Amino acid sequence: MKRSNKRIIPGFGLSMGVTVTLLSVIVLIPLASLVIFTAQLSFSDIIAVITRDRVLASFKVSFLTAFVASLINAVMGVILAWVLVRYDFPFKRILDGMIELPFALPTAVAGIALTSLTADKGIIGSFFARFGIKIAYTRAGITVALVFIGIPFVVRAVQPVLEKLDGSLEEAASTLGASRSRTFRQVIFPEIMPAVFTGFGLAFGRCLGEYGSVVFIAGNQPFETEITPLIIMSELQEYDYASATAIALVMLAASFLILFLVNLIQVRNSKILRGGGKGA
Amino acid sequence: MRKESKLVKWLLIGISFLFIFVMLVLPLVTVITEALKQGFAVYAEAISDKYTVKALLLTLEAAVTATVINTIFGLFAAWLLTKFHFRGKKLLGSLIDLPVTVSPIIAGLIFVLTFGRQSAIYPLLEKLDIKIVFAVPGIILATVFVTFPFISRELIPVLEAEGTDEEEAAALMGAGGFTIFRKITFPHIKWAFLYGVVLCAARAMGEFGAVSVLSGHLRGKTNTLPLHVEILFNEFKYVPAFAVSSILVMTAIVILVIRSVVEYIGKRESENVH
Repeated sequence: MKRSNKRIIPGFGLSMGVTVTLLSVIVLIPLASLVIFTAQLSFSDIIAVITRDRVLASFKVSFLTAFVASLINAVMGVILAWVLVRYDFPFKRILDGMIELPFALPTAVAGIALTSLTADKGIIGSFFARFGIKIAYTRAGITVALVFIGIPFVVRAVQPVLEKLDGSLEEAASTLGASRSRTFRQVIFPEIMPAVFTGFGLAFGRCLGEYGSVVFIAGNQPFETEITPLIIMSELQEYDYASATAIALVMLAASFLILFLVNLIQVRNSKILRGGGKGA
Repeated sequence: MRKESKLVKWLLIGISFLFIFVMLVLPLVTVITEALKQGFAVYAEAISDKYTVKALLLTLEAAVTATVINTIFGLFAAWLLTKFHFRGKKLLGSLIDLPVTVSPIIAGLIFVLTFGRQSAIYPLLEKLDIKIVFAVPGIILATVFVTFPFISRELIPVLEAEGTDEEEAAALMGAGGFTIFRKITFPHIKWAFLYGVVLCAARAMGEFGAVSVLSGHLRGKTNTLPLHVEILFNEFKYVPAFAVSSILVMTAIVILVIRSVVEYIGKRESENVH
């Protein structure tokens, strides 16, 4: 079947050629050089680099802030998706369009704008300063920047699932006398859960690697507010490519693990979206 | 069935607006107000500064190159992945998406490792007097890398939904590949294509992390607009930093507007079909 079914549409060879050539030159060969360079490092050297106190502290800062920010986004993302799918209200289209802003706004611009807002003299910063809370140049500041970066991920993951969600289950639940909050907890929530996890995972992965919006607001104090991408950056500036690569490997491993988990969930998720049909 | 109280409804809408206002609208407004803090003359001066103009030109050069390369790639890759069946298709699809899953700093790192002084081809590059790392070619390569899948990603879902029937019919009637693409495929994807191109160009202009690794930050030479913003901000020149940022904010607003328009047209066209 596979062989006999001759390709009718022209352009297979040319498309394959252009695609594979550009992919190799831009993506695969540079990535391969990372593998080649890693192979020249000794395992004990890699371990020595990534267990340095300062590096370990940066892992803690990066993972902690990315986790908290993605948690906040998981909650806010569900609320936003719910509001956008279920309710009608003025300026709904503008609200929906604004969600995309973190994808569109250059990260450096987001970084300096959030810094000046949350610094002691900024609008938000001066408000919190009255209660003795500092945002800019603390871990809270990093979290704020990461919340900004992660907003679209959960909303855009949950929205399509909510749109496809069958109203009949909810109707049945309410006919049977379930309260609205119970219906949400026991009927709607289990249905959107995989999408929430997907959004959370994508946001978490993106936040781990985020650099531009964080460097300005973080203050970059070693052990306190120094994120891992910044450590990689400073190793590179000192031409210590071995250390930079070793730390980058940990980050890559983490983000591939997250992607793998997200893919697992997405396979299940697409089954729900297709109404129980076999996932592709 | 929608029985939750009006109170809950408006409470949730209120929370949403407050969150979006504080997290997204305020930062945008801040850029504009800070840029114009000392009046329009100071703003105009910051925008027309010699180094700002040079940074803008380099940014445009990188963005145009990235958009051209990624447009060519996006069209061929989308055609390949949606019109044909072949082994390794899924793998190819995930490889194309790799650049958006990699941290921008790591994206910069891999080009440093490929072309930097510890690389096997560095002696050759030196002999030929080609500078890539800490030079313009490095900046352009990094920009192409980080925006690599943007156009193909917009096209693939549209082409997938379209199927291959029309193209097959045209091919059987003897139409050539380019004619099929121009007359049958392109009209379906033109809005997604437009959005992809705009997204790619604008994101290329705003890339910071990867470009920062490869730039070396030489003012007037290897400084793009986002890097120029960084330098100004770190020198406490806040008004110029925000003035330069306002140029980049405009690119973001263009993306958002075009996205809404494309979505609106897409919805209207799919309603017309039904």
